Amino acid sequence: MRVGRIATVASAVAAMTMALSSCGLIGGNGGGGEAESVVQKAEEQGTLTIGIKFDQPGLGLREPDGSYTGFDVDVARFIAQELGVPEDGIEFVETTSQNRETFIEQGQVDLVLASYSITEERQERVSFGGPYYVAQQDILVRDGDDEIQSVEDLEGRTLCSASGSRSAFNVTETLAIDAQLREAGSYSECLELLSGGGVDAVTTDDTILAGYAAQQPGEFQLVGDKFSEERYGVGMPKGDTATCEAVNAAIAAMYEEGEAETLLDSNFGPANYEYTTELPEAEPCA
Amino acid sequence: MNDKPTTSGTAKRPRRQAQASVLYDAPGPQARLRYNVYTFLTILGLLLVAWFVFVRMDEREQWEAEKWQPFFTSQLWTTYVLPGLGGTLGAAAVAAVLALAFGMVFGIARLSDHVWVRIPAAVVVEFFRAIPLLIMIFFLMRGSWSLFGTSISTFWAVVLGLMFYNGSVLAEIVRAGIQSIPRGQSEAALSIGLRKGAVTRLILLPQAITAMLPAIIAQLVVLLKDTALGYVIGYSDLLNQWRNLSSAYINLIPAAIVIALIYIALNVALGYLATWLERRNQRSVRSQTKAVTGPAEVGVSAAGPTAGGGAAGPRA
Amino acid sequence: MNVVLENLGPILEAFWSTVLLSVASAIGALVLGTLLAGMRVSPVPVLRASGTLYVNTMRNTPLTLVLLFCGLGLGNTLGLKFSETVTVNSYWLAVVGLSAYTASFVCESLRAGINTVPMGQAEAARSVGLTFGQTMTTIILPQAFRSVVGPLGSVLIALIKNTTIASLIGVAEAAASMRTLIEFNGNAVIPIFIGFALGFMVLTLPTGFLFGWLSKRLAVAR
Repeated sequence: MRVGRIATVASAVAAMTMALSSCGLIGGNGGGGEAESVVQKAEEQGTLTIGIKFDQPGLGLREPDGSYTGFDVDVARFIAQELGVPEDGIEFVETTSQNRETFIEQGQVDLVLASYSITEERQERVSFGGPYYVAQQDILVRDGDDEIQSVEDLEGRTLCSASGSRSAFNVTETLAIDAQLREAGSYSECLELLSGGGVDAVTTDDTILAGYAAQQPGEFQLVGDKFSEERYGVGMPKGDTATCEAVNAAIAAMYEEGEAETLLDSNFGPANYEYTTELPEAEPCA
Repeated sequence: MNDKPTTSGTAKRPRRQAQASVLYDAPGPQARLRYNVYTFLTILGLLLVAWFVFVRMDEREQWEAEKWQPFFTSQLWTTYVLPGLGGTLGAAAVAAVLALAFGMVFGIARLSDHVWVRIPAAVVVEFFRAIPLLIMIFFLMRGSWSLFGTSISTFWAVVLGLMFYNGSVLAEIVRAGIQSIPRGQSEAALSIGLRKGAVTRLILLPQAITAMLPAIIAQLVVLLKDTALGYVIGYSDLLNQWRNLSSAYINLIPAAIVIALIYIALNVALGYLATWLERRNQRSVRSQTKAVTGPAEVGVSAAGPTAGGGAAGPRA
Repeated sequence: MNVVLENLGPILEAFWSTVLLSVASAIGALVLGTLLAGMRVSPVPVLRASGTLYVNTMRNTPLTLVLLFCGLGLGNTLGLKFSETVTVNSYWLAVVGLSAYTASFVCESLRAGINTVPMGQAEAARSVGLTFGQTMTTIILPQAFRSVVGPLGSVLIALIKNTTIASLIGVAEAAASMRTLIEFNGNAVIPIFIGFALGFMVLTLPTGFLFGWLSKRLAVAR
């Protein structure tokens, strides 16, 4: 009987091992399905899997009813539409700052629109369309706090940023401002610290900050001292030139039709955020 | 000498009572008064702390109805909590099976007669026990690209990290379990002509598993808790969903309290399973082998590299 | 390995922070854990119950959540401030969290140790008129400690490794340093990992050997 039990364990192990190999422990490259490029898949199947953030109000947020809201989400829908994918053909998947490249490489998503800045290092692993928006690094403070008017006023103050992000580095190292840094797991934690008085300011992209300010009107205010650009790109499998070009065309159309302004206004309107409505210069697709 | 229990988790509950009552006399009138005073002071202290927490949270508007009401809506559970729970349990289940396999293989390998098997197995086990699981998972996530030229998903980064670490701890438990079987058993088996493999498979392992079960389950509780480390790489488990749901409802602290309660309920349930299995074992198995002590089951990481320190079972 | 060597200064600093975090938390956990063990075997039912509740809660909560509660709950909502300097404040909040968590494991080890002390000893102590407190501090605990040196070593090693989670509430220890290094040197992940793995092995392996040796040295002969 005991031997029987061991045999059960052994067969379970064998089954697991098979599952392990069939689940694709080590994933292939390429953007989902049989199609060669994402744009081709969109055309043929009418579906797209798009990676967004689930926890950034104003950019990408999973709502309680299971829907998604935010600027990234709206841009994703617009681009998908331009690629011939109806709204119900889009599947949104959560990606975080730590795993965006992985999700693209694994083929778990076709595109990523998740406040995803174009950097040379990331371009070694994925390709970018766009940028569809150029965010600036800014500072968020409690509403009515007039003591911080510019980044220089952070001298000696406490500043929150997500751990491992470059935003904090830009302030304390690049600008050499002597602010005390409190790193947190996410910007939601930073906002909790800010409203509770644990820190004096939060720094990151102005879009992220504006999203929070719009979500909780009257609680926070943007300082408006912009430094250091972040160009938000559309992440896609490396070398997918056709998709990159199609995405760039879609982004150009979005700005031309004035849709970009509508989307920016609907998502960041209440935040008193001065967004730009100019089409950012596209990266070459190569 | 008294037949004192070893430091095994097995006998704690029933014996603590006996032990505790030995530590003090039945209280007389004076002692009873003193105990009542202690009781009063303890309750007063706890109430004070609770009152302080309540007031401070109230000042920070943490008791606002809108922060708590969402927990009574089904949407919160179906959109965030249940998928998160699925992620946590899924990773834990797969990691548990793989870790058990890993533990079996390396535990037995460490007892091999061949040096070229024993030493590498020991090195692997000691390495994974010596480094923090957090940096292991983080490395699997970020380093797989450089290591294999491809990347592994967040799920597998969490599962493999848990497998390497908990598997190594389980290997020590298996080793201690096998060593706890009286040597006469394998000598007898060898003398009637069984091969070494058959001795392990037919004689040692079946008895060892019985002795190891409590320690194995204790380690599985650790594994379940450790899935929360997937948070750092954005694996969509329960803790990760805490981030999402609190972004939507703006209730970071209330949500953290509820999520913590869910984790506690899960682990307590698994703990009861362990106790139940232990009892059942004690009743049904008339084996001389005593329970193997698990290495102190400490969250993310337990056990020291000293083979004897953590996982040594009582020798016969 | 160049990345590691070039950044050796900051890396060692981060490991020093890990050591400081471990030492302070170990002391805190030992004190609190002993107190809890005393509570759990005490004659007062309320003390026993609150000790049990505490231990079961802590043991079943992921450390990640415990530390998040310290960083956000204690440090922000409850307004507990150790220092005006943010880094110092985060450090002490992490020490509180790690001590509170580890104490439950120290308590359980000690309770097991108390079980190894022969009953006759406690009975003898009572019969010569020692109170519960005196029996515990002069007879039972000294022997209990000696018999659980090994398990306590395991708890300490676990604690050293657990300090990595403090990076989540903004303590600049080794795991945080590794994360930052990887963020800025994405092409050198492997050497960076090897460097930090070695660093942790330097901390944990000798601790293990030390406690293994100590537990043999101090074992109560019975």
